[in-house]
Amino acid sequence: MEPPRSCGDGAEDEKKPRRRAGGADAGPSQLRRRSSGGAAGADGAAGPQPRERGGSVSRQRRDSVRKNRPLFPWFGLDIGGTLVKLVYFEPKDITAEEEEEEVENLKSIRKYLTSNVAYGSTGIRDVHLELKELTLCGRKGNLHFIRFPTHDMPAFIQMGSEKHFSSLHTTLCATGGGAYKFEQDFRTMGDLELCKLDELDCLVKGMLYIDSVGFNGHSECYYFENPTDAERCQKLPFNLENPYPLLLVNIGSGVSILAVYSKDNYKRVTGTSLGGGTFFGLCCLLTGCSTFEEALEMASHGDSTKVDKLVRDIYGGDYERFGLPGWAVASSFGNMVSKEKRESVSKEDLAKATLITITNNIGSIARMCALNENINRVVFVGNFLRINTISMRLLAYALDYWSKGQLKALFLEHEVKIPF
Amino acid sequence: IRPGGRERVAFKMAERGGRGSGHGSLDKSITLPPDEIFRNLENAKRFAIDIGGSLTKLAYYSTVQHKVARVRSFDHSGKDIDNEPLYEISVQEEITARLHFIKFENTYIETCLDFIKDHLVNTETKVIKATGGGAYKFKDLIEKKLGLKVDKEDVMTCLIKGCNFVLRNIPHEVFAYQKDSDTEFRFQTNHPNIFPYLLVNIGSGVSIVKVETEDKFEWIGGSSIGGGTFWGLGALLTKTKKFDELLQLASKGQHTNVDMLVKDVYGGACQTLGLSGNLIASSFGKSTTADKEFSKEDMAKSLLHMISNDIGQLACLYAKLHNLDKIYFGGFFIRGHPVTMRTITYSINFFSKGEVQALFLRHEGYLGAIGAFLKGAEQDNPNQYSWGENYAGSSGLMSTSPDVYPMQRTRSGTFDMLEMDRLERPLVNLPLLKDPSTYIPDTVDLTDDAMARKYWLTCFEEALDGVAKRAAASQPDSVDAQERAEKFRQKYWNKLQTLRQQPFAYGTLTVRSLLDTREHCLNEFNFPDPYSKVKQKENGIALKCFQSVIESLDSLGWEERQFALVKGLLAGNVFDWGAKAVSDVLESEPQFGFEEAKSKLQERPWLEDSYSQWLERLKEGPPHKCALIFADNSGIDIILGVFPFVRELLSRGTEVILACNSGPALNDVTYSESLIVTERIAAMDPVIHSALRDEKLLLVQTGSSSPCLDLSRLDQGLAVLVRERQTDLVVIEGMGRAIHTNYYAVLRCESLKLAVIKNSWLADRLGGKIFSVIFKYEVPCK
Repeated sequence: MEPPRSCGDGAEDEKKPRRRAGGADAGPSQLRRRSSGGAAGADGAAGPQPRERGGSVSRQRRDSVRKNRPLFPWFGLDIGGTLVKLVYFEPKDITAEEEEEEVENLKSIRKYLTSNVAYGSTGIRDVHLELKELTLCGRKGNLHFIRFPTHDMPAFIQMGSEKHFSSLHTTLCATGGGAYKFEQDFRTMGDLELCKLDELDCLVKGMLYIDSVGFNGHSECYYFENPTDAERCQKLPFNLENPYPLLLVNIGSGVSILAVYSKDNYKRVTGTSLGGGTFFGLCCLLTGCSTFEEALEMASHGDSTKVDKLVRDIYGGDYERFGLPGWAVASSFGNMVSKEKRESVSKEDLAKATLITITNNIGSIARMCALNENINRVVFVGNFLRINTISMRLLAYALDYWSKGQLKALFLEHEVKIPF
Repeated sequence: IRPGGRERVAFKMAERGGRGSGHGSLDKSITLPPDEIFRNLENAKRFAIDIGGSLTKLAYYSTVQHKVARVRSFDHSGKDIDNEPLYEISVQEEITARLHFIKFENTYIETCLDFIKDHLVNTETKVIKATGGGAYKFKDLIEKKLGLKVDKEDVMTCLIKGCNFVLRNIPHEVFAYQKDSDTEFRFQTNHPNIFPYLLVNIGSGVSIVKVETEDKFEWIGGSSIGGGTFWGLGALLTKTKKFDELLQLASKGQHTNVDMLVKDVYGGACQTLGLSGNLIASSFGKSTTADKEFSKEDMAKSLLHMISNDIGQLACLYAKLHNLDKIYFGGFFIRGHPVTMRTITYSINFFSKGEVQALFLRHEGYLGAIGAFLKGAEQDNPNQYSWGENYAGSSGLMSTSPDVYPMQRTRSGTFDMLEMDRLERPLVNLPLLKDPSTYIPDTVDLTDDAMARKYWLTCFEEALDGVAKRAAASQPDSVDAQERAEKFRQKYWNKLQTLRQQPFAYGTLTVRSLLDTREHCLNEFNFPDPYSKVKQKENGIALKCFQSVIESLDSLGWEERQFALVKGLLAGNVFDWGAKAVSDVLESEPQFGFEEAKSKLQERPWLEDSYSQWLERLKEGPPHKCALIFADNSGIDIILGVFPFVRELLSRGTEVILACNSGPALNDVTYSESLIVTERIAAMDPVIHSALRDEKLLLVQTGSSSPCLDLSRLDQGLAVLVRERQTDLVVIEGMGRAIHTNYYAVLRCESLKLAVIKNSWLADRLGGKIFSVIFKYEVPCK
């Protein structure tokens, strides 16, 4: 995610040409539009394609960018396995002349998105995350963050069709697996071409961008000081100015772990299928809840030690032979082997245990990756961490404790909007 | 009765629920068959017990009294030696040490303790070593019942001690699991250096331990997502209470109904993007809805994949960090369950990109008990000895595909056993092996080769009645010989049937293991040496011919003599105990019989024929410094075949180490027999006499009682001597030692492998006819 730089500075732009995708017959104007869509794509619909670095396409585009500002609206779409993340740039510096010229459809979209905080029954705009007075491609405006479940994707495309979105845009920048899965639907139902962008590129760029613009004057990145001390633990800003190397752990439905060495140099280290989807999926099965928020709410009232078997449950205290503290979980859900205990736990306890299990496991894998890659900063992002203080503090704690203070867990305010 | 399960039927106890159901409730409605389990309790000492979540493993050390045939020279002074047997055979009681390990369900613990108390005679035992999670729970019961003080030992320390012990002492301990191959279990060659390795123990949680030396190990990590998670979470999700049943459910489920796959996220684009669409993107990612029902099977399967993948991933991360490539998996989550071995293997392969292999242990369930026992037996120095698995007294690996034998997986109510005999001398690698880490003794892997397996199992079955008869006949004065012979027959028959169903039960199935199992079964029923009389007679007859054979050899020119010596070696090898027609003729006219045997041999060129190179070597090269000869049969083979050859080598200035088996097997010459035979030959022959006197001819024992030869488990004394004398030639003789085993063995010095193929199937396999000759002279690559 580097649109402001790329749009504002030609030299920068040359370094980050976008992939010419979304149709081989795309002409210059379409290209421009795609690039503008990418510009708005804080959700990751932008990214360098090193293979296509330089070359005539970017030169042509740079020229056109200078002459012609990309057309509104500016969108970016990240279609994940569970959630769709939509980023919308609302221009606030619209001149009267522009206002007059603004076509009806565009106006209606702008009004619809900015005057609501909920769309349909499942779409939500995270107002608290809105980035105000941002300069993007030479335009000032606000960046809005909207999410809705992936299973409502057909309805979204339908709505786009009804609002005649295609009259404004022929291509839309998108990333995430859904960019591929729904490409055909966009084309046939919405008359829209998707400009598909690499998920991991978007993830890295998105993280770097969101940190660079800050959070309405505050620091985007933060960490927990004294994570192992409940009394003294506090959230503090972290300066991510010179962050490399860092381990980027993106927790969506599943988990991807990237080692990032510079803004253009990163690799996917590993991933795990035990992610946010697992927490939510298991909670649905175990507690009958139906939303992520509900699952988290239950977890916040539960006691996982009734469900899990702790080291002290086996050894009566610490297991000194191996330096294991008594409070450590020896077996997740280990107590549920017993019928009596199964009958004595609450849904809240089960939700909490599920949360702790998944979180600890992610922490453990991230820690091992950090050690193997010789990296000591770990940035956790992704939707799983949205409104999920329990997991963030636990990750901070686990990383600090098991690495004896060698590893630092970092988080972003916009964890939710960083694409998969 | 299902085949394969037959043997275990005898131990079948009262029906009860499956594993883990019996917490707190003890079953007393069983009677224990003392012949079969808890054997030798009267001599038992040094008890150890490992009590897990559902299974108890008891270990003890006993001294076993069993009969051995001893040979002793007569005092021949003043007697008519022509009509007396060569030596005296007496059956004596010998005391050897044995380790017993018995595994049973926790529900039987009280009954078992009572049984032990009733049969325990030895009073010097005061303490019982205990380990495992349940040791604490049953402490009072054990102390009350047995009157022994419970002495607790650390679980992981015991596990690792036990692991080191089996890795060192059981050649086919380690295996890799291959789901879709004909042989699910691929056993590994024991590496001479077992360290370092990673042990991943998947109990209720997961412990990852790095083991660097016998005493040095370190807990490097773990995970709370383990067997308890599968069981506990599985019970919540499926309302299925038992671990085994959960595994059963999982083996029937479709995880793709519950898991979100990569293709669920990417749609059909996976192929063009080069993504594996079937990879799991999010475990339980499809169950993020309150209004859909999921089947128990599908959820169990998804859970199994989730946990196995997670453990595999962490194990790989730890292996990478510590630069280790050997990962052994154990714990109740693994314990012989094909379902979990399969998923763990898959996961390790996936996350290590094929660089690390998931390895499993045949006696994994016993590690804790073995370790606890070893802790308690430190003053007996069990680690200073070599131990051998007793096939007769051990149950073998049970597991097989759950789809084929679903009930076999439900092991409740059965007793599983492992017995290990203390070998009187430590066993080591032959120092002349080119690469001990890749040496495989056996030529044909019958686990792999279904045709060969079928043939040999039938072959052993068909020979069984004869062997049982021979055994009974070998003890005409014993009243119960018939009865014992029948018991032997039944036992070995059952073993063969087990092996038909589960060829991997005792590691890789080979002709050697079939022969060894038969020897163990014979010993079990006190037939220590059924061929002792045959050997005695044949040795006597052959000795009478020795001088004339030598005379005729000496009358030949050098080159003729070399060929005659080799032919003599080969002809001698025709005489195994079964060649009765030949020995009858020999008795009346020995000279004729030996010649007749020679005439039976294939004419040159032999099936495998490098005689010319051998002759060239003798002609052109310097005499060998020292030759190590592994002898085969008694009688004509050793006396008229091997000894003239030895004599020629000695005359060339080559020292000779003659290695014979420590214990009896078929009509193979034993070390003690070889001593007497050599003494008698020395009395007739000045070359042998002076060589013995000057220690140019040395007799040693192999440390083995097998008709085959494992060059990685040889008597330490032999190995020392081989090194001291700078041995530069190894001669291996006979089918068992040079064809069934060692045919492909690569040595660091010159070697001769010779045998006559006395089995038409085998001859056919090798592309020849019965009595085809193998003469394989090999020179190591420079």
